[in-house]
Amino acid sequence: MRNVPLHRILTSVVLASGLLLSAAGQAHDKAQAGRVPMPVHTIAQGEKCVEPTSEMRRNHMEKILHQRDRTMHDGIRTKQYSLKNCVNCHADTKTNSVLGKDGFCESCHRYASVSIDCFSCHTSEREAQAAAPAATSSTTRALNSGAKGITKP
Amino acid sequence: MAHVTYLKMEGRSLGFWALLALLAGIVAVGLAAALYMEHNGHWVTGMNNQVIWGTPHVFAVFLIVAASGALNVASIASVFNRQLYKPLSRLSGLLAVSLLAGGLMVLVLDLGRPDRLIVAMTYYNFKSIFAWNIILYTGFFAIVAIYLWMMFERRMNVYTKPAGMAAFLWRLTLTTGTGSIFGFLVARDAYNSALLAPMFIILSFAYGLAIFLLVLMAATRWSGRELGDVMVKRLKNLLGVFVASALYFVVVYHLTNLYITGKHDVERFLLLDGGIYTKAFWLGQIVIGGILPLVILFSGISKSRAMIVLASVLVVLGGLAQMYVTIIGGQAFPMAIFPDKIVSSSFADGVVGNYSPSLPEILLGVGGLGVALALTVFAMKVLPFLPQSLADADVNPHHKAEAAKA
Amino acid sequence: MSMNRRDFLALGGAAIAGTAIAPGIRLIELAQARSPEEAASAAHRWGLLIDTSKCQDGCTACVDACHEENGIQSHGRPATDAQWIRKVTLKDKQTGYVESLPLMCQHCEHPPCVDVCPTGASFKRIDGIVLVDRHICIGCRYCMMACPYKARSFVHEDTTGQKTYNPRGKGCVESCTLCVHKIDRGDGTTACAEACKKEGHQAILFGDLKDPGSEISKRLASQPSQQLRADLKLNTGVRYQGL
Repeated sequence: MRNVPLHRILTSVVLASGLLLSAAGQAHDKAQAGRVPMPVHTIAQGEKCVEPTSEMRRNHMEKILHQRDRTMHDGIRTKQYSLKNCVNCHADTKTNSVLGKDGFCESCHRYASVSIDCFSCHTSEREAQAAAPAATSSTTRALNSGAKGITKP
Repeated sequence: MAHVTYLKMEGRSLGFWALLALLAGIVAVGLAAALYMEHNGHWVTGMNNQVIWGTPHVFAVFLIVAASGALNVASIASVFNRQLYKPLSRLSGLLAVSLLAGGLMVLVLDLGRPDRLIVAMTYYNFKSIFAWNIILYTGFFAIVAIYLWMMFERRMNVYTKPAGMAAFLWRLTLTTGTGSIFGFLVARDAYNSALLAPMFIILSFAYGLAIFLLVLMAATRWSGRELGDVMVKRLKNLLGVFVASALYFVVVYHLTNLYITGKHDVERFLLLDGGIYTKAFWLGQIVIGGILPLVILFSGISKSRAMIVLASVLVVLGGLAQMYVTIIGGQAFPMAIFPDKIVSSSFADGVVGNYSPSLPEILLGVGGLGVALALTVFAMKVLPFLPQSLADADVNPHHKAEAAKA
Repeated sequence: MSMNRRDFLALGGAAIAGTAIAPGIRLIELAQARSPEEAASAAHRWGLLIDTSKCQDGCTACVDACHEENGIQSHGRPATDAQWIRKVTLKDKQTGYVESLPLMCQHCEHPPCVDVCPTGASFKRIDGIVLVDRHICIGCRYCMMACPYKARSFVHEDTTGQKTYNPRGKGCVESCTLCVHKIDRGDGTTACAEACKKEGHQAILFGDLKDPGSEISKRLASQPSQQLRADLKLNTGVRYQGL
């Protein structure tokens, strides 16, 4: 059985080296921000989240995961736990995104050192119609505004 | 039966470490290539939306097929009671495991999302032959490991035969599964054939034995151990029989297709005007991988060990060519969605798929071979896989009588 | 719950009637709409009927609309760029007759891509739409090997500017979703069908194959049509006329 997880190990090695590379890139950011980087919680809009904060902090991933399967496989598109709803509410008013150094998702995930897989496919930006009054597509992050042809209606 | 003493490789010489360092280097380059491809995405490879599986799959499938074939020598000893092959069984089991590990590494690192390997292990669609293969591969590791344990542990030796039988049946199933990855594809003319499963089994016999012979001859020579002429002669004759059988299957496969009018176009493509694929078929698969080895193995020049090495290398190269024709040629041939029409579109409909292997793909594939060999070399230093001597008199006291008969 | 929904429908109907924007069409669409918490149902099977005689050679309105709707962007590399729908030009070998048609995922009843997918990422929704669950797609591309229509694309590089309703990213396979987000919303059409209609060609008709009263069912019942690769007996949800 010694060899069974070999391919897993190798994948981990590859991924670990990738992580190291990206960590190296972020090192100088942290140095500037002080010795202990703290997550940023800018709550831009809304009175409260769909569940109490303590519940969301611990279990938001389970709620999103459950909703994800219901939406994908059954076509149930309720708003409460949908990722779209998260982003629409939590996206930064300036960058329009939940990513970025002070982004709602990224700052905390970076602090906890947990990678987020959501936004390799999902957009990290708020929907156009849900945008906060002053936020326009011209202020979106470089990462997402670089592509040609994203014209927001 | 003579008592056989197994010995580890001493593994202290400069040559040993140089070999291991070389192999480690090949593996490292392969991993770097995989990282490069994953980081940028598959557009940096030769693969595209028409030719979906590329050179990594050529190497991966070749290694996986060869892995099950490498176990054959052990099976001949345990299942078919041929005493002569018994001293070779441990090495045979080792190669089976290490070649499979190498092949799987390539396969996994070519996935679009190799980071999701855990998903492949936890979500199963049991109608998928690919999912079955995942089970067959992991099971193969387990069964061969147990088989090796039975061989290594003296008090467990009595169970070698049932373990060997289980491993033999499992490996037949495994190669059936590998062949069926292609055989079950109804959409593409070059696949969609039940013949692919048994053909892959025969191919595995040839590829596996060729690699086994090369490793055996290198290991005995570099560690200064004797390797008897009778044994080499048996093995090379067996390789000849396997190569001939493989050729037979290739002939039947193409004859079947040539008889079916609907498959004339794909046959014309593979055999006549498919450019690189036609060349790879005739020159690589048939001449280099079939006819030349047969001529060498069954003629007087095979008295020279160098010639046997050459024949084995040719079988390996021919095998890679065959996988290239099967996997990439089979995809490059346009799919017949609209019979009797000349088809054109922005998505390369109706034209031969464009593919040329990129360097990272080749490096990843060779890296898989590197993993297999590095594991083999390292394991031989850690555990006694090879007998102290494979001289004819040491492995078979009756060798003179047999040699006279042969 | 049911009270709420009835109230909602009544209110919605009144509001729409009040604004008087094509009230007839809106009411039909409302009847098809599901509430967000309601799961897709086996009572429907969504499909398309494509009339090739109405499809204009050189017109790519359906392709453009699809890719705009779903956020499919070109990276300027045709061999690896995703194409959910493509225009195919056919020339008869014997007669030289030329026609053109749009080709996309055929949403088979027995999809080979679903059969071969090792993780179950490739799946058929209960209402007949064949989809890829990118959350569990490992990018092995076996479905692309198995699809007889070459309907699937692999995302070969990083993507940006995704639509909220159509997440897509490097390393997974994707294909036409039959505009599932529009269906779930109750739009009652797809981007390609809409665009074709707007162009005035009306070559693509979207509808419910299980509803005998739908226009698509009526036309299929009264006019000849065919499936691509009918020999494979996949019972496609996309049918063609005039081929």
